[in-house]
Amino acid sequence: MDWLTLIIVVVMLASAVAVLLLKDFLAALAAFSVVSLGLSVLFVIVRAPDVAMTEAAIGAGLGSLLFALALRRLGLWRARDRG
Amino acid sequence: MQRFTSALFLLGLGVLIAAIFRNMDLAASTPIVGDAINAAAAQQVGAANFVTSVVLGYRGFDTLMELTILFTAATAGGLVLGKPRGDARPDPEAGLVLRAGADLFFPLLLVVGLYIILHGHLTPGGGFQGGVILAVAFFLPLLARPGTPMSHRAVSLIEGLAGASFIVIGLLAMPEGQAFLTPLLDKGQLGSLLSAGSLPLLYIAVGLKVGSELAGLLAQLAATEASD
Repeated sequence: MDWLTLIIVVVMLASAVAVLLLKDFLAALAAFSVVSLGLSVLFVIVRAPDVAMTEAAIGAGLGSLLFALALRRLGLWRARDRG
Repeated sequence: MQRFTSALFLLGLGVLIAAIFRNMDLAASTPIVGDAINAAAAQQVGAANFVTSVVLGYRGFDTLMELTILFTAATAGGLVLGKPRGDARPDPEAGLVLRAGADLFFPLLLVVGLYIILHGHLTPGGGFQGGVILAVAFFLPLLARPGTPMSHRAVSLIEGLAGASFIVIGLLAMPEGQAFLTPLLDKGQLGSLLSAGSLPLLYIAVGLKVGSELAGLLAQLAATEASD
């Protein structure tokens, strides 16, 4: 158990708690994707690069995108007009 | 009544877990399969990335089922989402950073996605990961400029052809008396681009199918109107 793993686990746990506590849905979504990114780094540390790539692409990338679009569809977040 | 059913459920769950722990010999479960595959995969399948030889060689049928699950999920999502009203207000165009970023990242993501798919049998990655990256690459322009048309016909055509070619490559092994999805063609030099027989072809099919499916789903999700 080296320091990097410990730091990543603490960051992941903190973001997971933040997902529950944050009132803003988009901020909670960002915290959720931090959990996925941390998990993908953990997968690299335990030498599973295939799983790490899947986690980074699907968990952090596509999953967050899908959630953001679903929030927009539900009217909980909308793209703001500028000017 | 509800309490009684809850108690019954808990009791059943407890019995199940207890039965599993009673019959599961944790000390004896050494990973024999992993060692066997590590020893045999290089000769039998010829893929430098052993994960690929498991995903497409030893467990090719599982991968086909995974594709089926993904297809079902995407279809169900498309059904639920429906079409936007004609008078729906279109989204405003994105800011300068997102537009410039989308233009910059589109070719980059395209190359990375194709590289990951084509080198799936050599380096970590493969059809699923590369397909997702391709899907995101084709969704980025839509994110930057909402209202950009996307040909759903072409997307469905690519998706259908890719899925069908996966099954056809699997069926091609059967006339020679081998099992469905047995790797074909010459195994080649371990670690070279043209190696591992038909596995790269299968991964190209997987990548195109996953990519077109997810790109279509994202485009449809983005096209639905936002609720007020």
